[in-house]
Amino acid sequence: MTDFAPGIVVERDFPDAARDALANTQLRRNIGKATNTIRAKRLKVVGEMPDWQELREAGRQIKAQVARHLDTHLLKLEEAVTAAGGRVHWARDGEEANRIIGEILARHGAREVLKIKSLTTDETGLNSALAQRGISAIETDLAEVIVQLGEDRSSHILVPAIHRNRAEIREIFKRKLAGTENLSDEPAELAGAARRYLREKFLTVPFAISGANFAVAETGSVAIFESEGNGRMCLTLPKVLISLMGIEKVIPSWRDMEVFLQTLPRSSTAERMNPYNSVWSGTRAGEGPEEFHLVLLDNGRTDVLADEPARETLACIRCSACLNVCPVYERTGGHAYGSTYPGPIGAILTPQLNQPGPAETLPYASSLCGACFEACPVKIDIPRILVHLRGKIVGRKKETLAGKFSGEAIAMAAMARIFGSARLFELAQKSAVIGQKPFVRGNVIPSLPGPMAGWTAMRDVTPVPKQSFRQWWRAERGAESSAKPGGSA
Amino acid sequence: MSEARTAILERIRSALRDVPPGEDASTDGVERAFHRRGEPGTPETVARFAERAAAYKVSVSECDSAGAGAAIHEILERRGHRRMVTAEDLPQAFVPHGCDVIVDHGLTFAEIAAADGVLTTCATAIAETGTIVLDHGEGQGRRALTLLPDYHLCIVETDRVVSLVPEAVARMEPSVKAGRPLTFISGPSATSDIELNRVEGVHGPRTLDVLIVRS
Repeated sequence: MTDFAPGIVVERDFPDAARDALANTQLRRNIGKATNTIRAKRLKVVGEMPDWQELREAGRQIKAQVARHLDTHLLKLEEAVTAAGGRVHWARDGEEANRIIGEILARHGAREVLKIKSLTTDETGLNSALAQRGISAIETDLAEVIVQLGEDRSSHILVPAIHRNRAEIREIFKRKLAGTENLSDEPAELAGAARRYLREKFLTVPFAISGANFAVAETGSVAIFESEGNGRMCLTLPKVLISLMGIEKVIPSWRDMEVFLQTLPRSSTAERMNPYNSVWSGTRAGEGPEEFHLVLLDNGRTDVLADEPARETLACIRCSACLNVCPVYERTGGHAYGSTYPGPIGAILTPQLNQPGPAETLPYASSLCGACFEACPVKIDIPRILVHLRGKIVGRKKETLAGKFSGEAIAMAAMARIFGSARLFELAQKSAVIGQKPFVRGNVIPSLPGPMAGWTAMRDVTPVPKQSFRQWWRAERGAESSAKPGGSA
Repeated sequence: MSEARTAILERIRSALRDVPPGEDASTDGVERAFHRRGEPGTPETVARFAERAAAYKVSVSECDSAGAGAAIHEILERRGHRRMVTAEDLPQAFVPHGCDVIVDHGLTFAEIAAADGVLTTCATAIAETGTIVLDHGEGQGRRALTLLPDYHLCIVETDRVVSLVPEAVARMEPSVKAGRPLTFISGPSATSDIELNRVEGVHGPRTLDVLIVRS
């Protein structure tokens, strides 16, 4: 694989991009308001479930089984979809997926194709690949319409236009949609404008593209969770339906849906149930599309699978609960992550699907507070994986000559020596107590000189206390202290 | 088969070298310690369904089976809907009278969309979440029927109401295995895309009424 899918190619280091985002006060206000609203709603609908922890655990176990036997389940899925009258395609990377979809549409002479919101097609950059073939993709999810008409980028995996407020949305509609001169900024009226704009498209365009929330290997059924009904329109009315899914979205049996039908809605839109869930299996005479294609996408997922400590990244059901609880996401919004997948899950997923470069700054876009882990409905230990990825990045850097002799590598080696010897450690403590004196202000060190300045640019440091625990122990217990509590370590 | 298929399967197998050969691939061993059994059809379960559906701004009314015809007539009268679409196998007791009934013997999408509304039964309903589930079997029609009209009146018979999601998933298993599509409906069409507020009424029916019929 040489070409990386455009939706996940990160172009800027996170700290740089975050600085710009933080300077945009409108964006911060919109994101802050939205994440606060949804956090409160989520706590309410999760709080009323006495068996929430059991559901999370079951979801984790199901997804672990999927990963451990991915080949078996995919083959079963292929067999079941084919038996139900669908066709299954396999794509190694985004470009291959785009080509498969483009060729199906070209064969039918399609000029326009309807789309249900799909992160996976964002990841592969499908819309622009289709545009190159002269096929225009029409987004039908309200937020995607706002993003598409505003020539903008998605900033949230569930609510792509979360960074826009109602007044901004009205301006976009007035600029791009006919007959909206007198549009107010009432959400119901804005939604009505989208309904009128799309109704005719639903009834006339015979092609549609979707993603997939789940695909059941046992029955060959695909499930789409949505709110507006644009999904149902695209899944029901067109003649040809193409669904693109990451290979990790397969689940073994229909019964497994009993877990995700509970955990996904409450974690994503923070409702007991989102308005519409559709489940279909292949094709059926007199009902829905006549032709169904399911495209299975790898695009780096098998690399994630191979890295056992990070494998559970693939358990993600794209609910976005981790974005909404993340103190970093809440302040920077999604654009700063530079990827289809922002927030905590993006900070672990994007760099794993990516080449070395700016994406390697993403695992550092976290304070490791652990809120994402607690919110995750399939219990992905995001903080642990962040640390694992940081370790891998440092390891890779150390393999280069420049990395080996960098200031950081030398300082870390020195630290390791000091931490490895009680004598050196005590000596370092003593010299720190003396050395820090000129920098202490009250009870903190607000700024350090030289190479340490970076650390104190954003935070105060607590000074080393005048007396260490070991000194206190010796002073208190005197002669008894011959039995060293910490051994030689 | 394709080169890509072979390559992906090969990559998966080499990524999973730590998995012992012969390990059970199914999810039969998953601990399902969450609530799985409720009390289908009891008055408490039905009351909870009514309350939870109403929370989505569904207008819910109730009647006994003998009074279904009159109750349907009254609801449609109140809504002012005169042209109602139905599936051809809608049970006779629920066919509305006193208005034009357009039976789907292969209507075009435009004809369905032009009706005032659609009247259906459902396959099951979930009290916990206020959800109705269609398997598009008897009385429910094909998917387009409950999608294009702006109004949906759904008849829910009390013996179809279960307490919990896992019970509904179990009840729907034969339908899914028979290749039927399912539609889970929880309130009228809505969006949360504008400042994360729920706004009713985007593409699906903007008004959903439920009539609970005591069986």
